[in-house]
Amino acid sequence: MTANPLLMGHPLSSPEHAKHALLYMYRIRKFEEAVEDLFGRGMMHGTMHLSIGQEAGPTGACLALQINDQITSTHRGHGHCIAKGADLTRMMAELLGKKIGYCGGRGGSMHIADAETGNLGANGVVGGGIPIAAGAALASKMRKSGTVAVSFFGDGAMNEGAFHEAANMAAIWKLPLILFCENNKYGMSSSTEKAFNLENLADRGRGYGIPGVTVDGNDVVAVYEAAEAAVARARNGEGPTLIESVTYRWKGHSRSDKNLYRTKEEIEEWKDKDPIPNFIHKVLDRGILTQEQVEEIQKISTEQIMQAVKEAAAAESATPDGLLEAVFKAVSA
Amino acid sequence: MSDRMLTMAEAVREAMGIAMEEREEVFILGEDIGIYGGAFGVTGDLYHRFGSERVLDTPISELGIVGAAVGAALSGMRPIVEIQFSDFTAQAMDQIANQAAKIHFMLGGALHVPLVLRTPQGSGTGAAAQHSQNLEPWFANVPGLKVVVPSNPADAKGLLLSAIDDPNPVIFLEHKLLYKIPGRDPVPEGAIRIPLGVSKVVRTGKDLTIVATGIMVNKSFEVAEKLAAEGISIELIDPRTISPLDTAPIFESVEKTGRLMVVQEGPSHAGYINEVIAQVSGSASFGNLIAPIKRLAGMNIPIPYAPQLEKVAVPQIADIEAAAREIVKNWR
Repeated sequence: MTANPLLMGHPLSSPEHAKHALLYMYRIRKFEEAVEDLFGRGMMHGTMHLSIGQEAGPTGACLALQINDQITSTHRGHGHCIAKGADLTRMMAELLGKKIGYCGGRGGSMHIADAETGNLGANGVVGGGIPIAAGAALASKMRKSGTVAVSFFGDGAMNEGAFHEAANMAAIWKLPLILFCENNKYGMSSSTEKAFNLENLADRGRGYGIPGVTVDGNDVVAVYEAAEAAVARARNGEGPTLIESVTYRWKGHSRSDKNLYRTKEEIEEWKDKDPIPNFIHKVLDRGILTQEQVEEIQKISTEQIMQAVKEAAAAESATPDGLLEAVFKAVSA
Repeated sequence: MSDRMLTMAEAVREAMGIAMEEREEVFILGEDIGIYGGAFGVTGDLYHRFGSERVLDTPISELGIVGAAVGAALSGMRPIVEIQFSDFTAQAMDQIANQAAKIHFMLGGALHVPLVLRTPQGSGTGAAAQHSQNLEPWFANVPGLKVVVPSNPADAKGLLLSAIDDPNPVIFLEHKLLYKIPGRDPVPEGAIRIPLGVSKVVRTGKDLTIVATGIMVNKSFEVAEKLAAEGISIELIDPRTISPLDTAPIFESVEKTGRLMVVQEGPSHAGYINEVIAQVSGSASFGNLIAPIKRLAGMNIPIPYAPQLEKVAVPQIADIEAAAREIVKNWR
């Protein structure tokens, strides 16, 4: 299966755009539900960090991006990867340790990259991708390629030195960078209340002399509009923007999480703010899509994920052949 | 044959200038490398030749600098990072060891990181424990990094040009005491490259093999010249690239001399040079040894400040000389 061509534009600007936004949010949701299921049945190895509940962030942000715009992602990165246009079968195959997986089984869930869609990779280190995205933006500026870079990271990463150093460099050099914070309220078990003395994390933008905006991260339209403004600013040579996209992860941090640090009521409260029905109401109210069309998209996304699981499960397992040779890229003569 | 004698700082600068003229993707970034010309004067006039964009002064943000270089390298550029003192790479270690070194392997070969990180290392300047370390084993222990330790200006130029060409991250460790002294050999004009991963037999001999890196090559060379007058013939090998390591010339030499001494500036415990010993011990050349292998390395202490204390912390010429004489005299 090949990746769908990426679409750009406002999610409410046409039925095509609305379908795209909905399809990608469903894809992320269903991909991760499938991952959780495979883990539960002992068919998947390692660990997993699910972003269920956060689908509007990557979907809205990537609707503002061209295919050659670059992103860096996080340990909780399936959504960014899918939203940027990655192939679902190769993603699932990577998680299942297959040869056709994005990393040939060498990286797993936390290290999927896709050069063709400008995805410079998920990252196992909190904040690790932020300076890398700044560097991609620096390259864009030096080469005058007109591309922007978006670094996705969580609230936890904003307390890493990497965030500070990258934000400052991007600001002084006016790099075409979007610092996209997915504030899902917890860095593992530490709430933002415990880890910050700030109401809005976007206020940190002022400290770097760049705009900081806070948006409802469960509203794909609001996310798109903020991202689009930041991308326009970046392409215009005006420098970086910090976007704080406020959202919530329904699932635990990873497999080991017993949810001891938050209440069931809080989780339920956020489930009521599910980004997918939130968007469906909008498109139905405005008559952009019909109920039948919405159901059709849901059905298609389910089929796509089932197909990806099927193809990935049937694919050849990765083998240890060539591991030593894979450490370095061969020097061409 | 040119007879141009350059210092290592001049040779490194020349290599960077050539690379920047050859390819517009090459640029340098680091602290105080612009108008200031670099803390050790290595970038010198490059700022005036290539401008502020290609000789990019950065804030004091080692992690950010290396991270930005990784991102630029992933996006088609060929960055050369200067970290002002190798000790400060500790600030940037996530981007060096977790990101740059692993990206090509971990991401399935989809991306690669053509990045050179140059940094001065070593003791002898009275700058104490946080400005004087030899960190060769830190980097040599990370799969995915190539590690180059030039011992003279001609090698530094040729190796740096190859490092800039290389599609992988290369750590280039320059000894700060070598910056201002001319080498023994002239530096060729033009873009002469020396491949990474090829050991150099600096001097041939038949009684004792010495393997050393960086400034220890120079110290060992002096000892070899001196002891030659006493009839002790020393073969000196400079691996130049400690990762990957070209062991064949070392094995061959040990087979010939039957005696091996390894010399390293950094602390002995878990040092890089121990890898040379392990490789020889596991090779057929081990059977040719007629003497125990001698290891000379730094003491297992942070580098102290006072000159009389700093001196004893790392092998000096007198130490190498005494050890070489002893091994050859005692084991016949």
